[in-house]
Amino acid sequence: MDMANQSRIKETAEKYGTDNVVVVLGGAEAESAGLTAETVINGDPTYAGPLTNVSLHLPVFHIFELKDLIDPQVYEDQISMMEMVVDMDAIIEEMENIRQQFS
Amino acid sequence: MDKNFFQDKKICILGDRDGIPGPAIAECMQTIGGEILFTSTECFV
Repeated sequence: MDMANQSRIKETAEKYGTDNVVVVLGGAEAESAGLTAETVINGDPTYAGPLTNVSLHLPVFHIFELKDLIDPQVYEDQISMMEMVVDMDAIIEEMENIRQQFS
Repeated sequence: MDKNFFQDKKICILGDRDGIPGPAIAECMQTIGGEILFTSTECFV
C-alpha cells in the first residue's frame, strides 16, 4: 500500500475508531490484495510506511467477497468483467488466509 | 456477513488500476451501505 493511503487509513482509524472503519480492496492479484490486507490488520510488512508496527486490526474485504451483498445490476456493470481476467478464487482464499493468520 | 454490518461504518476504498478501480468499488458499496470516506486507485507496478 502506498504511503499516502497508509496515512489516510491511520488518520481515519484514529478519528473514527477501529470499530467503525472498514477497508474494501480491488487488487488484481492475490499477493497484492493480501499484502494490503495484512497492512491494515497487522501493520506494514515492508516496514516502510506510517503503519509500520501499527496493528489496527481493521475489517478488510476484497470487493469480490461482497458480491452477494451488492445490487446485481451494479455488480454486473462495474465488476463482473474483471472476474474473467483475474483469479477470483485465489484472491478470496488469500484474504481468508490473511484474516485467519492475523486474527 | 450481511448488509447490516456496513450500515454505520466508514468505508475506505483502495482500488487497483490493474484490478477493480476505486470508483467501480464505490458504486458497488453505495448499494450496500455505510459512508464512503475516501476512494483511491493504487498502482502496484
